Parts: sequence; structure tokens; C-alpha cells
Amino acid sequence: MARTEPPSLRQCIGPAERFFFDREARARIGDLDGGTSLGGRLAELAGKSVLLAAGSQLTTALALIELDGVARRLVILPPDADSEHFGAIVAAAEVDAVVVDRRSTAHAALDLPLRVVAGSEIVPAQGLPEPSRATEWVMLTSGTTGVPKLVAHTVAGLTAAFRGRSVDDDVVWATFYDIRRYGGLQIFLRAVLGGTSLILSSAGEPVAEHLARLGRHGVSHVLGTPTHWRRALMSPAIRAIAPRYVRLSGEIADQAILDSLRRTFPDAVVSHAYASTEAGVVFEVRDGLAGFPAAFVERVRDGIEMKVQKGSLRIRSPRAAARYIGIDTPLADRDGFIDTGDMVELRGDRYLFAGRRGGIINIGGLKVHPEEVEAVINRHPQVRMSLVRGRKSPITGAVVIADVVLDDSDGKLQPADGPGELNRLKGDILQFCRDTLPRHKVPAAITIVPALEVAATGKLARRHG
Amino acid sequence: MSVKLTITRRMEEIAREHGKILAPLRDDLVLLDSGLDSLGFAILVARLEDELGIDPFTASEEAVFPVTFGDFVKVYENGAH
Repeated sequence: MARTEPPSLRQCIGPAERFFFDREARARIGDLDGGTSLGGRLAELAGKSVLLAAGSQLTTALALIELDGVARRLVILPPDADSEHFGAIVAAAEVDAVVVDRRSTAHAALDLPLRVVAGSEIVPAQGLPEPSRATEWVMLTSGTTGVPKLVAHTVAGLTAAFRGRSVDDDVVWATFYDIRRYGGLQIFLRAVLGGTSLILSSAGEPVAEHLARLGRHGVSHVLGTPTHWRRALMSPAIRAIAPRYVRLSGEIADQAILDSLRRTFPDAVVSHAYASTEAGVVFEVRDGLAGFPAAFVERVRDGIEMKVQKGSLRIRSPRAAARYIGIDTPLADRDGFIDTGDMVELRGDRYLFAGRRGGIINIGGLKVHPEEVEAVINRHPQVRMSLVRGRKSPITGAVVIADVVLDDSDGKLQPADGPGELNRLKGDILQFCRDTLPRHKVPAAITIVPALEVAATGKLARRHG
Repeated sequence: MSVKLTITRRMEEIAREHGKILAPLRDDLVLLDSGLDSLGFAILVARLEDELGIDPFTASEEAVFPVTFGDFVKVYENGAH
């Protein structure tokens, strides 16, 4: 049988005594050598396009190791995926099997020919299929209309940032960031290839309990978004951990959070990584300062090239995704550069991140397209138009704010109605949003304004940055 | 209305909107045990900025991460002067 390059994850299961943990369970990764978490049904999934819709990260992690090199394609469903889009995802990725667990909430809507129930228990099995192909890994990222885009990667690209690097024996990884998102998946893959233990979060786990658990397992390397870290710093239980490597990704790391982490963990390397689902891991900044040295743009390192064009960062990289699935939009321009949509500004010899083009708002690592929220608000019978924008937040990086122009064509609303009536209406619009949108997309505050500025193009004037 | 009462009202409002149960707001209550999560606090800070005209966290040079409800109120009381 042809050996795949790089080796499949199952061929990297490494030392016997290392574990992946969540709040409820632990799995001895070595047991996957001659064992399975898929109820003896791995062979049925060979060659399939498999949707991973497990509720738990631990189940997902084990299934990923088992299915890499066996399935034709793995589509990794993030925990907040909207079931409304499942049909489109299944069709675009030609999904013909789904892996669920007892924590899956979403799979009920799926009618697929093959459904396999996975768990966090590994049981011995014989005749497991050998990894024999380069499996395509598909991650989801948000699109303008709310329908996620499917981004196709290879394991070679996903692991290029750290493959072949030696890892100390005593490394224990943890990630606050879900492994079903690009940043978290990097840590899962680092742990698998590095032969280290990994501590995953469980849905609904209190922060203090989670930190105490990381402390008990002697965590040495931790990834979180700036929002995760700000939350951890608000907990007295932060003292339970003493990592020597603290990594941030998924959002802009501002100077305040970098300084706070340095003060809290004076002996640790505090590093912020820049990556995107499409462009892959681009660079890591370890000097404790926000932004990145301008010199990064001129250099070519590990085959990665960067340039700034029309204010946004563009990347050409062997770690980038191969393509989008199901849509014709090319991932890169004709020269192979991907426009990240991240706007940067040169200040002295350093580039600082200045938000995203198109006014896309990043709430604790989750992207929100203003148009999607505006479309919901505009459906409210008393709304004429709205403008959704981000406002800086010291907690989640940004929050969603909406300026709303009311439809008063029937002349019912009078300024004399006073704040009572306007507040009732604001509350009503917010409730309308809550009924339709995931929590992070619901505006934190609504301002009623007399009019919105319209640009010469006839579109709403959006101010970015 | 006192700053503390404003904060209390807003926290009750956000907990209600998110279907969460708010713990009794004593000064020594650890904020993360209050029933609001990160998003809840982000909304709280945004609404307090609209109401009180300040975001003392962003305004401050040094990052502050309040641990208890009492700490949180103090940041706003100090920021208001």
C-alpha cells in the first residue's frame, strides 16, 4: 500500500502514556493503535465524505485521528453552526456519512445514508482499515450572508508550521479555543504530532473549574483568544496554572492583554499568532508587542510571502487552503496571494491591525457580517433602515452596535412619546434579533437615529477601522 | 441613581435577556460566578458606556481585570471622577 506523505494521524499516535482530556473523560491515545472510538464502524467510513457533528471536542479529536487517511473528506462542523445551513453544507461537500455522539444536538435534521455514533471510549478492535489516502480536511468560515464557506485543507498544509519540530517530553497542551476552529485545530494537531497530552474544554464548564483542571494536569502550553484570556484573568483561579508558553490567536491581541499576561506569567513566553482559516498560520510574534515588525513584510520565511495592498494584508503561503468547496470564488488572486481582509496600518517600524475590511466584526473570535444583522433588524415592521457596526470592547474585542432609523410613515411615533416608548421599541427590536440570530450577533445596544448617511454609490456609508 | 445601582439594574436586565439567573450581587461575588459570561459583560460595558458616558477599561492606560463585583463597581466609581 502506498504510504501517504505526511503520515496519517493514526501513524503519529506516539507514546503510550499520554492522554486527551475533557471535563468528563480521558482517552489514552495509544489505545487507538488497535482500537477505535467509532463503535467498530471505521471501515464503513472508508472513502466517504464525513461530516463531524459530534457535540464533544474529545469525541471529535479521536474521530479525526481515526478518520484521517481513511475518509475521503472530513468536514468539521464548528459548535455554533446553524442547523439552517446543514443542507447546503452537505450538498456542497457531497457528504455521505455523519459522525455524531450523545452530545450532538444538531444531527437530527440530517438525513444521511450512514450515521456513526462515536464516543470518548476506545475499545480494542481487529481489522481496522489502514490509512491509505490523503484525506481532505474542510473547515467552515463565515460568509457575508451567514451561509458558511467551506475551506479545503490538506494535513500537510495544516501541520506545516510545526511538523518535524522536536517537542519536550513534559509539554502538556491546553486550548480554550475550540479545536473545530482553525486556531484550536492547530493545537490539536500539534499535540497529536508532538506526542503530548491535550486538555480540551467542555461546553458550559465554569472558568474556575476549567482552570483548576488545567492546573491539576500540569498544563505547560495554553492557547486562547484574547477574549478567553481576559475571562481567565478575571478569575481568581488563574493562579492554578503556571504555563511557560502562552499563545493568543483568533483576534487582534492588543497591548493591554499582552501586558497583563506578561505580568501574570512573568516567566512565560507570551506569543500572538496570526492565522486565518484560508491563509493558514502566517507568523507568530514573541516580542510582547502588539502588531508585527514591518520587516516581516519584506522577508520570505518558510515559503510564506506577505504584502500590504490597499491597506490589507495579503498572503502567499504553502500553508494556505487549497480552495473553497461548492463556490466558484477563487481563494487567491492570479499571483496566488490571498486577501485576508485584515486592515493594517504602518506606525514607525511596526504594522498594527486596524480591523477588517467590509466592517466585519470579530466578537471573541467569531466573525459577524453587519449585513446579516441589518437584514434581520430591517425585517422589523417599525424599522426603515439600520447600520450595524462594531464598537471596541475591553472584554470581547468588539461588540455589535446598531443605529436604527424608524419607519414612522403612519406618524404614530412622536418625540413627545419620550424615552419610555423608544425604550420599549428598542427592547422589541432586540428581542426580534434574539429570536433569529445567534447570541454574539445580537446588538449589545441600539441607538435610534433620525437618518443614516448614504454614500454617493447609493449604499450606506460605512466607516471602518 | 448611584453608579452601583445603575450597574445592578443593567446586569439584571442582561441576565433576563439571556435567560440567565443572576447571583445575589454582593461586593465579594466573583464576577464570573454572577451568571453573566464574557459576552454578557461585553454588553454590560457597552450599555454602561451609553448610560454613564465612560468605558473606564478602555480609557485606562493599564489593563484592569476586575475579579469581584465590588472591584467592578469601584472601577466605574473611580472612572466617573
